[in-house]
This record gives sequence, C-alpha cells and structure tokens, in this order.
Amino acid sequence: MTTLTNKPLTKNIEIGRAPFTFAQYQAAGGYQSVGKALAMKPRDLMKLVQDSGLGGRGGAGFNTGLKWSFIPEPDGGPRYLVVNADEMEPGTFKDRLLMEHDPHLLVEGMITASIALQATMSYIFLRGEYKEAEAALLKAIAEAYEAGMLGQHIAGSTFSLDMAVHTSAGRYICGEETALINALEGKRANPRFKPPFPQVSGLWGRPTLVNNVETICNIPGIVSHGVDWFKALGINGQSGTRISGVSGRVKRPGCWEMPVGTTFRTVIEEYAGGMQDGYALKAFLPGGGSTDFLMPEHLDLPMIPGDVAKAGSRLGTSLLMVLDDKTCPIGCVHNLIKFFAHESCGWCTPCRDGLPWVEHILLKLERGEGTLKDIDILKEACGYMAPGNTFCALAPGAAEPLQSALKYFMDEFVEHVNHGCKYQRH
Amino acid sequence: MSNLIASTAPKARKLTPEEIHDIEHEKTHYPYAQAVGLEALKIVQKYQGWVSDESLLAVADYLELPPDELEGVATFFNMIFRRPVGKNVILLCDSVACWMLGCDGLKAHITKRLGIEYGQTTADNLFTLIPVPCLGACDKAPVMMIGNDTHRNLTPATIDALIDACQARG
Ligand SMILES: Cc1cc2nc3c(=O)[nH]c(=O)nc-3n(C[C@H](O)[C@H](O)[C@H](O)COP(=O)(O)O)c2cc1C
Ligand code: SF4
Repeated sequence: MTTLTNKPLTKNIEIGRAPFTFAQYQAAGGYQSVGKALAMKPRDLMKLVQDSGLGGRGGAGFNTGLKWSFIPEPDGGPRYLVVNADEMEPGTFKDRLLMEHDPHLLVEGMITASIALQATMSYIFLRGEYKEAEAALLKAIAEAYEAGMLGQHIAGSTFSLDMAVHTSAGRYICGEETALINALEGKRANPRFKPPFPQVSGLWGRPTLVNNVETICNIPGIVSHGVDWFKALGINGQSGTRISGVSGRVKRPGCWEMPVGTTFRTVIEEYAGGMQDGYALKAFLPGGGSTDFLMPEHLDLPMIPGDVAKAGSRLGTSLLMVLDDKTCPIGCVHNLIKFFAHESCGWCTPCRDGLPWVEHILLKLERGEGTLKDIDILKEACGYMAPGNTFCALAPGAAEPLQSALKYFMDEFVEHVNHGCKYQRH
Repeated sequence: MSNLIASTAPKARKLTPEEIHDIEHEKTHYPYAQAVGLEALKIVQKYQGWVSDESLLAVADYLELPPDELEGVATFFNMIFRRPVGKNVILLCDSVACWMLGCDGLKAHITKRLGIEYGQTTADNLFTLIPVPCLGACDKAPVMMIGNDTHRNLTPATIDALIDACQARG
C-alpha cells in the first residue's frame, strides 16, 4: 500500500530546482483529480469540497464548497473561475512560493474546480511584480494545453476549458474580489456593490468564482484522495494543511506547510526557531498587515479563524509578523497606515481622507509633536473605518493594527506625546 | 479654420508591429477589447519604457476606447509610468517587514549613492527609484527589484554591487 502525502501543497517543492514539468508532475501522481472530477456530477463535486471543510485561504476563511454552491445552474453561456494571485497583503508570501515552485498544482486545481463549476474560461489574476511566477505559470499552462488537459474536450471528455494569465500593475485593492473583476474587465479597480454576488453576476455579468491561489491548490488532493484523508491532515479539530510562516526578527524567517490548527507558538518557536538573540517578542500580527495585534499571552492559540476572532483578531493569511521589543509599535503602525492610505481606491471618505489624516497624526507623534487630543482622534478614526461604514474591507482592515496598538500600547502613545519616539531608527 | 488646441495637443503615434502583435495575442484571451486596455499599456511600456500621451492615444485608437477612460486606468495603477523613467527602475520595498529590517537606511544609502529621491531619475538616465508595497518575500527582507529581477536579503554592500553591475552595462 502506498502512503498518501501529508504535505499535499508542497510535496513537489524543492527550492533551487526548476519546478516539475507536466510529465514530471504527472509521474509524481499529478492530474489524477481531473479524471475523477470528470466522472462525477458537478454538484457532487461541490458537495465533496464542502464536506472536506476547506476554508478560503485568501483571508476570510469561508467554506469553499459552500461558496461554490451559490453558482446557478449552467444556461449555456460563459462562466468563469478567477484565481486571486494578487498577493499584496503586507507580510504575506505564500502564494508566490506555490506558483513559482509548483505551477502545475495550481493549474490542476483550476481545471478540477472549473469542472465542478462548469466554468468555460479560467483566469489567473497575477500580481505584475511576480515575474518568476508569471514565467512558471505560462510554461505550465502551455504544457497542459499540449497534453490535452486544457482546450477543447479535455482529457478526451466533453468538457472544454481555456486558461489565461492576466498580469496586474500594482494596486492592493485589486485583491478585493469585486475590484478584481472590474480590473479584469479593463476598468479602474473600484469595488462593486454586493449583492449581486459574483457567483451570480461577476465578470461581464456572468457567474464567476474568485478563489485564492492556496485555496485552489488544495482541490487536487481533496478530489484525488477524498474527504477522510483531508480531514485527517488537520489537528485540533481542523481539516487539511495550510502555509503559515513568520517574518521579522526570528532566527529562521520563512513559510512552511503545516496542519491547520497548529498553534502560533509552534510556528514562531519551532518552525521559525524563536526570536533572534537579543530580541524579545513584544506582539505579532497573525495574518498580514490588516489584522489586529496579538500578544505573547495568545501564543498557545491554535490558528483557527474562530479562536483567533475570540482573541480579538483575524487569522487572515496566517503569515505572521513579529514585532520585537526594539522596534517602535507606533512606527510599525505608521508604516502600515502609509501603505493603506496609498492603496485606498478613493471611493469612500473615511478611507480616502481618514487614512492620510491618521498617517499625518502618527508622523506627528513620532516627531514628538503630537497631543493627547490626537490620540482621541486616532480612536475616533478607527470608529469611522469600522466594518459597515465603508464600501469594502480595506478601511476596516487598515483600522485593525491601529485599534489594537491603541489597546495594547496606549502607554507608548502617551510617551510619544511627551517625548517623541525613543526607539533607535534602523 | 484655425484650431490652436488641435495643433498643439498630442496626437496618437503609430503602434509598432511588435506592439500590435503582442496586443493581438492578449485579445485572444478576452471577449471584449476593453479588457486588454491595461495589458496594451503594459506592452507599450515594455517596448518604450513608459506611456507617453502619444502612446496612450495610440492604444485608445487601436482598441477603440475613449482616451479618458484609458487614462483613468493608466493613472490608477502604480506600475504604469506616465513619465519617462531610467533604464533600470529600482523598486525598493518599503512595507512593514522590510521597514523592520532597515529599508529606510537602504533608501538613504541609494539616495546618497545615486543622488535621487523617490520618483526621481539620475541625470544619466540609468536609474529611477520608486517605493513598492510588499513584494511577497518578507522572509528574505529587505527586498527590492531592479527591472524584472527580485533581490533579497539586501545590505548596502549588495546594493552597491547591483548598482555597479548596472553601471558597467551602461
Ligand atoms: C483590500 C483587499 C485586498 C485583498 N487582497 C487579496 C489578495 O491579494 N489575494 C487573495 O486571495 N485575497 C485577497 N482579498 C480577499 C478577496 O476579496 C477574496 O475574499 C478572496 O480572494 C476569496 O478567496 P478564498 O475564498 O479562496 O479565500 C482581499 C480583500 C480585500 C478587501
Ligand atoms: S474602503 Fe477604501 S478601498 Fe474600499 S471602496 Fe472605500 S475607498 Fe475604496
């Protein structure tokens, strides 16, 4: 009996060697899921993915199969699958790894997902700066066409599918799924009003599913090896594996595939080797720049969306960033807010005008020119940017590191009012 | 009839055969021409280095799009250059992981060495310096790109070596 892999996302990845070609990937067990999917009813396939417990890896964690199930029955017109490969969340570096080092896994996942969704066309919406990923994906797609896995009547079936890569040109908001759809249509990437949801009316008004790269990379394993296998991969009651990692002043910054449900402590202390000598962990962002800080007392939490939410944050992309004791938390938040202010699409006032205002106040505080009233204004601004007050989740996300810094580091904000920033500049 | 505005306003140039070839290839992926607006601007930029008014009008003509709409797209995206840039565009990541590991110091180093601030181009047209959001290589911070290549774990010394190599190529 052959044992099935417990690292379905990274089993083919070996940094330093070229990614597998179609033939190598297939020889390693790849493209099995396509045949299995073609032999199933699309709704059964969606149900299988739903039962696996796979949650979206783009940040929100919504059950993928359930998200798919909202797509209407085919009416003969075009239907789209769009993979969100716009990875720009500060501190996030997982999709890049998957695309550069095993592009066929994503291509296989997209074909199998398209069979479930009865999609006629699939796009990869790729961050323009990811040149190596672009080259790897274009090569993998060309090989898949040549092998008859894409194009007319794939793998000898009645199902046909095309695939193309769209490279973007640098705007964080394009990662928001309705803004992404506008960008793909060639428009300015302002988000769209929901409802209607993209599953019903997305790209050019047609049924469209937008999924993260890592989400889709999970599909081949689930369909090839089944729900029980996938469920057994997780720990602490979770299914599957995911890519988590750490940046900042740890001994071994990096990202690794691990069981869903692994604790923050395991990632920071075991995978990343703990803090560098001379630095202590002060706080960490659990899943990208748009998540609330967590504190050392939260280290033993499993990385499960619900548990992290109870602690007052979000799991987000599950790429951790550690804040050490020699780095200014106000400077850190200032850097994040500067990013969000720059990337605001400009549609709503709290975001377009509020973020530059917050940025200005943080700069004043760092220079020792701030007042206690400024701190009150920061708190107020977090309220204006709260969920529901803006058109999309960019502004609420931007408020998360700020509101949590105000919660945990208020004494340092006040210290900045009195004396400016005392931390040494790097 | 005199028409002062028209005589001084930029006019569409002719797209080159290479540009047209690449744009036509992109068009095969989409049901509508508007969808390739950004791709076409990127193609023009690949060949010309930047997107001049004349290029923008040429793309709008070719795809039969309103020029204002295409300009709206061009100005929305960080990586479409509506002004000339140097031969080597340095994209220095200034997001949080790189900030923690000292990208401000590296920026100061580049500015001192090349005499340019963010958004500026050296007099010899070899370098333009632009900040870029998180490049997705945070475990190897600090990070920057020169042209299409990503460079990781930067120090002032490795940056000097990269700049030297660009200068040697001329
Ligand atoms: C401002 C903003 C930026 C986003 N950027 C990304 C991104 O780069 N990649 C991504 O997969 N999801 C991103 N998302 C989340 C997407 O909107 C969407 O939820 C996700 O692609 C859905 O995929 P999933 O269900 O597979 O997780 C972003 C959301 C917002 C509000
Ligand atoms: S919250 Fe910000 S990014 Fe989102 S729609 Fe409003 S202005 Fe645009």
